[in-house]
Amino acid sequence: MVDSVAPLPGQKPAADPAATKKTITPPPIEKIGVLRWLKENLFNSPFNTVLTIIMLFLLADWIPSFLQWGVFDAVWYTADHNVCRQADGACWAVVGEKHRPMLFGVYPYDEHWRLVVALIVYMITITLTLTPRCWSLKILVPLWIVGGGTVALMLWGGVLGLTYVDSSQWGGLPLTMVLFTGTVVLGFPVSILFALGRRSHLPAIKAICVTLIESMRGVPLITILFVAVNVFPLFLPEGLEIDKLFRVIVGMAIFFACYQAEVIRGGLQAIPRGQYEAAEALGLGYWQHTIKIILPQALRICLPGIVNHIIAALKNTSFVLIIGLFDILTATTAVMQDPLWRMFFVEAYLFVAVVYFIFCFALSKYSQKVEGWLNEGRRF
Amino acid sequence: MADIQAPRKSNTSILNSLAFRGIAYQVLLAAAVVLIGWYLYVNVNANLERQGIATGFDFLTEDAGFDIGESIIAFDSSQSYGRVLVAGILNTLHVAVVGIFLATIVGVLMGIARVSRNWLISKLASGYVEVCRNVPVVLHVIFWASVIRNLPSPKQALNPFDGIFITNRGIIYPIPVEHGIYPWLGVALVLGIIGAFMLARWAQKRREETGQYTPTFWPGLGLILGLPLLVWLAAGAPLVWDVPALRGFNFKGGSSLTPEFVALLIGITVYTGAFIAEIVRAGIQSVQHGQVEAARSLGLRPGLVMRLVILPQALRVIVPPTTSQYLSLTKNSSLGVLIGYPDLVNVGNTTLNQTGQAVEAIAIMMLVYLLISLTISVFMNTYNRLVAIQER
Repeated sequence: MVDSVAPLPGQKPAADPAATKKTITPPPIEKIGVLRWLKENLFNSPFNTVLTIIMLFLLADWIPSFLQWGVFDAVWYTADHNVCRQADGACWAVVGEKHRPMLFGVYPYDEHWRLVVALIVYMITITLTLTPRCWSLKILVPLWIVGGGTVALMLWGGVLGLTYVDSSQWGGLPLTMVLFTGTVVLGFPVSILFALGRRSHLPAIKAICVTLIESMRGVPLITILFVAVNVFPLFLPEGLEIDKLFRVIVGMAIFFACYQAEVIRGGLQAIPRGQYEAAEALGLGYWQHTIKIILPQALRICLPGIVNHIIAALKNTSFVLIIGLFDILTATTAVMQDPLWRMFFVEAYLFVAVVYFIFCFALSKYSQKVEGWLNEGRRF
Repeated sequence: MADIQAPRKSNTSILNSLAFRGIAYQVLLAAAVVLIGWYLYVNVNANLERQGIATGFDFLTEDAGFDIGESIIAFDSSQSYGRVLVAGILNTLHVAVVGIFLATIVGVLMGIARVSRNWLISKLASGYVEVCRNVPVVLHVIFWASVIRNLPSPKQALNPFDGIFITNRGIIYPIPVEHGIYPWLGVALVLGIIGAFMLARWAQKRREETGQYTPTFWPGLGLILGLPLLVWLAAGAPLVWDVPALRGFNFKGGSSLTPEFVALLIGITVYTGAFIAEIVRAGIQSVQHGQVEAARSLGLRPGLVMRLVILPQALRVIVPPTTSQYLSLTKNSSLGVLIGYPDLVNVGNTTLNQTGQAVEAIAIMMLVYLLISLTISVFMNTYNRLVAIQER
C-alpha cells in the first residue's frame, strides 16, 4: 500500500520538471498585495462595498475640513485673543496662554515650579512601580516613602524655606493625581477586606459587607461626595474638623472599594475548593492561607477587571467638579469663564480630554501587557 | 510505638475553638457598628441643635420657592418641596430611559461594526470606543453643554431639515396636532405587540412539536406597525403638523428639547454606548465559529443563523454586564446638576441649600437611586433568566 505513491513499472514518471515549470503561472493580480488586501478587507461583499464607498465619501468630506480647522488655519501661539477671533481655524493658543491655570489651578502662581517637580517625581515613582524589575518590597517601600514624601513636601511646603500651601489651594493636574492615588491606595486594601468579608462564613460580617457594598453600588458617586462634604462634618463632635480634600478622598476610596470588591469576589469564586482544602490540610490559618495561597491566584485571575476599575477611579476624580475642588477639569471650566477666551472652549476641553485619554489608554495597554506576562507560563 | 493521644478536650482553651472565635468576632463587629452609629447619631443631633437646623421630613410639605427649567408634571415655585422632588425624580427617569434606549442602539451598532469584516468600519468603530471610553463622562457632559450653549440663537437657528431648528435654546421640532384618534393608535400598537408575541410563541411551539418553521419576523413587524396604520387609515388619515416658527426672539409651536436635556443625553449616551459596544463585541466573539459552521451545514439561512444560533448564545454573555451599564448610565444622569438639568440630584441639592437639612435631602436622593437601581436589576435579572441556558 505504501508503494502506491511510487510510479508503477512501465508508467511514465508523473511529470518531468520542465513541464511542471511551465504550468506555474503567477497568481492573478487580485490575489496578491494591496489589491488582495482591499478586496478582502473593504470590498468582500456587496453590502460591505456599498458601506465602504459611503464611508470613504464621508471621510473625504470630513478629514480635509478637520485638518483645515485643526492644523492649517489654526493659531498655534499668540497672547492676543483677537488674533484667534479673526482666524478661521482652531485656537490652540488658548492652551499655551492658559496652561498654567488649567494645569495648576489656584495654586499660588510663584510656586508652580514645585508642582512641576511633584509631577515629575510622581511620574517617575509610578513608572518604576509598574516596572516588573522593581516588584519587590525592598525597592517599592523606600521608593514610595521617598516619592510620596517628596510629592507631599512639594505640595504642602512649610519646611525647608518653602511657603506653606493649604490643601484647599491645591489644583489642576497635581490635585487629580492626589485624588487618584489616594483613592486607589486607600481603597484597594479595603476592597480586599470587603471581598473577603462578603465571602465570609460568619453571617454578621457577611451581612454588613453585603449591605455596604450593595448600597454604595446603588447610588451615584455625586451623593457620596455630597455626604463627604455636607453631612460628614455633622458626624464629628464640636470643634473637630477634618480636611475637605481628605474627606473627599475617603469617600471616593470607599466607593472605589465597593466596586473593586465585587471584581475581587469574582476572582475568589474562581479558585477551586481544593486550594482552600489543601491549604487547610497544611495547617495554615485563615490569614495565612488567604494571603499566601488564595489572594495571589485570585488577583491574577481578575487583573483585567481590577485595572478597569482603577481606570474608572482616574476618570471619577473629575466628579469633584461638582463640589468645587479644583482638579484639572474644574480648573479648565473656571478658565473658560474668561470672556476673552471662552469661545475657544472646544480646544481647551480637547486638550483636557487628551490628557485623560493618554493616562487611561496607557493604563489599559499596560494591563494587557501584564496579563501577557502573567499568563506566559500557562500558554499551551 | 506511636503514642496515640485521646482528644484533649479538657485542656484546650476555648479561645482556640473556631466556633467560639467566629461568634466573638461577629459580636465585636456588631458592637462596634452599633457604637459608632450611636456616637454619630449623638453628634449629628448635637450639631444640628447647635446650628438651629430642623430635623425630620416636615419640609417636604413647605413651599419650595424655586422654579425648575422643565418638568413632566406641572410645577411652579409656589408648590411644595415634595412635589419638586417628584418632578426631579421624573426628570431623572426621563433622561435615563431615553439614554438607555439610545445607548443600546449606539452600542449594538458599534459592537457589530467592531467585528465587521469591513476593515474601515471596524477601525472607525474601535476609534470611537477607545476615545469615548477613556475620557471621563463628566467631560463628555460639560463639553456637549458648552457646544449647545455656543450654538446660534433662535434668529440664526440651524435648520438641518424642514421644520427642525437647532439653537442654543434647544432643539425645536414639529409635532402632529392632537386628534381624537391618536389614543386609539396607542391601543392598536399595544394590541399589535401582544399579537406578535403570541404569534412568536405559537410558531415556536409548532416548531418544537412538528419541526416546521413559520416565519415570524416580518408578520410580527407587520402586526406591530400595520395595526396602528390600519386604524389611522380607517379614521381618514388625519395628520396636521404643528410646525414651529420664529416669533420675536423665540420659536412658537411644535415641541422642543431643552439644551440641558440634550447635552446630558448626548454625553451619557456617547459614553455608555462605547462600553456597551465592547460588551456586544465580546458577546459576539464568544460564540465559537464552529457553531456558525454547524448551523450553516444544517441548511439555515444567514439571518436564521444569527437569530437562532449566534444571538441566543451571545445574549447570555451580553446581558449581565449590560445591566450594570444601564445602572451606571442611570447614576451618571445625576450629572445634570452640573449643567442645570433639573434632575433629582439638582433639585435635591437646591432643597439642601435652602433648608439646610443635608441629612434628609441626601438620604432621599440615595434611597431613590437605590430603588431605581434595584428595579432595573430585578427587571434585567428576569430577562437574563429568560435568555440564560435552560438546564434540563
